[in-house]
Amino acid sequence: MKKKLISVLLAGCMTAALLAGCGGAAPAAEAAAPAAEEATEEAAPAAEEAAPAEEAAAEEAPAAADEGGLIKVGFAQVGHESDWRTASTKSCQDVFSEANGYDLSFVDCDNDEAAQKEAVRSFIEQGVDYIIIDPIIATGWDTVLTECDDAGIPVIVIDRTIDDSDKYVSWVGSDFLTEGKAAAEWLKAYADAQGIKEINALIIQGTIGSSAQIGRTDGFNEIAKREGWTVLDQQTGDFTEAGGQEVMESFCKSYEGKFNVVVCENDNEAFGAMTAMDNAGVSYGPGNDVILISYDACTAGLEDVKAGKITADFECNPLAAPTVEGVLQTLQSGGTPEKEILVPDNWYALADQIVDFSVDGNPQSMIEVTDEVIEAQY
Amino acid sequence: MKNNKSWNKIKNWPLLLPVVALILVMAVNIIYDAVNGNNPLSFFMITLQQTTSNGTILYGRIIDILNRGSEAAILAIGMTLVVSSSAGTDISVGSVMSLCASFCCMLLAGYGVSSTTTLAKPLIVGILGGLLMGVVCGMFNGTLVAYFKIQPMVATLILFSAARAIGLLLCNDLIVYVRNPSYAFFGSFVGPLPTPLIITAICVAVMSILLKKTALGMYIQSVGINDKASRIAGLNSKRIIFLTYVICGLFAGIAGIVNSSRITSADSNNIGLYLEMDAILAVALGGNSLGGGKFNLAGSIIGAYTIQAITTTLYALGVSAAQAPVFKAIIVILIVSIQSEPVRNFFKKQSAAKQAKGVA
Repeated sequence: MKKKLISVLLAGCMTAALLAGCGGAAPAAEAAAPAAEEATEEAAPAAEEAAPAEEAAAEEAPAAADEGGLIKVGFAQVGHESDWRTASTKSCQDVFSEANGYDLSFVDCDNDEAAQKEAVRSFIEQGVDYIIIDPIIATGWDTVLTECDDAGIPVIVIDRTIDDSDKYVSWVGSDFLTEGKAAAEWLKAYADAQGIKEINALIIQGTIGSSAQIGRTDGFNEIAKREGWTVLDQQTGDFTEAGGQEVMESFCKSYEGKFNVVVCENDNEAFGAMTAMDNAGVSYGPGNDVILISYDACTAGLEDVKAGKITADFECNPLAAPTVEGVLQTLQSGGTPEKEILVPDNWYALADQIVDFSVDGNPQSMIEVTDEVIEAQY
Repeated sequence: MKNNKSWNKIKNWPLLLPVVALILVMAVNIIYDAVNGNNPLSFFMITLQQTTSNGTILYGRIIDILNRGSEAAILAIGMTLVVSSSAGTDISVGSVMSLCASFCCMLLAGYGVSSTTTLAKPLIVGILGGLLMGVVCGMFNGTLVAYFKIQPMVATLILFSAARAIGLLLCNDLIVYVRNPSYAFFGSFVGPLPTPLIITAICVAVMSILLKKTALGMYIQSVGINDKASRIAGLNSKRIIFLTYVICGLFAGIAGIVNSSRITSADSNNIGLYLEMDAILAVALGGNSLGGGKFNLAGSIIGAYTIQAITTTLYALGVSAAQAPVFKAIIVILIVSIQSEPVRNFFKKQSAAKQAKGVA
């Protein structure tokens, strides 16, 4: 009997710990919830979505106090799965602040595509002026976007793409294909400058089927084919450090002494590949046997560029918000923005690895990695 | 006649099929290398390799299999006991791994810190914290299964979905990097041997001694075979089931720390992802029934390394990433069906018929 009691207490403790954990992270949301429910009931009786209600109301409270002059923007974000995503969210919150004349309704959709569509519908009910969507999946958007269109609210898509509807004003994001081509074009120019005749590359791919993986692999391979380089093998590391480590460990054995270029499709994979090469006694980085190319250029990645481990890092810029604000301003003044707008990406290396190259005929410039550059990076 | 006897002994050895499966998987590499004009045994070669960071280490594909298969093998120990005692599986182990790793890294880095090279607390605090978290998760699962009589899959489904999310909260939604050489120890090398392999060996040794030298192994099996009869015979079935889940949670904690130490970070989204499936598969590949009762720990360990051998082989063969899961599935189907009752009976009948012919 005693044992039973203990076990019941234990289960209770675990549940309490669970709740405490949740509470610690979102005290503001919970505190706002009761007030929020009232507010939504009054303002929008049709609002039935439970999930976005919290967020919407938290934003609506200040809006009620200060309604004049602010442009209302709704942003349905994918989630918070990576450093990159966190930077993207922060960029939006910084740009669309009240100080800048915006009233932002932000919804973190936790990678749930149904919740994201509900969030967009709640934006329509709130009567926001503009809707920003980073679509979790590329399809199934036509109905929701038609509703936005009927309500007369312009939609701006960022980062990921929508494939089955064109009822949005603009798409703002990075071009992964260009990133892949830029990496390869840089490699060509760098190899020429260093007098490296033969390129034998290994590619550690991202999650198969993701737009970043497809663009970066295709872009690099296109140039590799043109230049007659050998791509010895390509395997996926799922954009993770553990994946990069395991794949590189195997590559080091299969192609021992046969490769001189390793391309990792994000920084985390590069971290893993470095550990694996350390353990195989392979030297990498500027001036060593293997040229290590990486994508994303997050802070930790740039630190490794500075330390002379990653030879060159090709950014995927998460700071789309300033460009989006430009689109909103164009719309505010009655103009028509372009359908596809690219966020400028930067390419990083140390001074000795910076060479001139061009992508599709456009000359590119590289940024030298210094402590200030690392400090300023997201 | 004597020859025949030893043959029979081998034939009745419970580990025969799991071992044969493991050998067959690795034999594929001999054929591949021979066809390609390489040294046919290059897959099995173990050499000494000078490294940049860890001195001289043992180096080769076999070492990779033993090293990378460690987490699945450690999980398989706990999973075997859980399957045996409760005739159900603990599907939360992958998520619990992630939670334990996140908690350990949070303690070591300090809350809200995303990258550090110095430890905020002594290493031992982080490790014990991570293990304790595993034990607590195990107690939670064990309580639900043993005392509340909830179906194991449903009970563990709670932590399957919640543990990873709690881990994310502990890490403030970030990947926490603990770039300190002392934390890397559990995922790198001790002298020439990979640390994960040594940790696995210790776990297996401790558990086998515990199961063989005490009556625990027998208790678990008897509870698994007949819960009520064991209770009437004087065993506290509930406590034994509870205990197996606690052990399973503890091993998930160990596996989580090993995995996180390899990458010196807590990647809550990816640590232990789908590893619960590998652990369950390892138990099945080891010739254990998922219906509970009798179990063979060695079989599960061999099963875990077989799964890793398949992965490493696919890498070695250079099978493209998009197609690898299909090959993996085909191999698993083959292994499982070879071990299935009807196929085994078929072979038994064949050999019986042969013997009968020989006699006539």
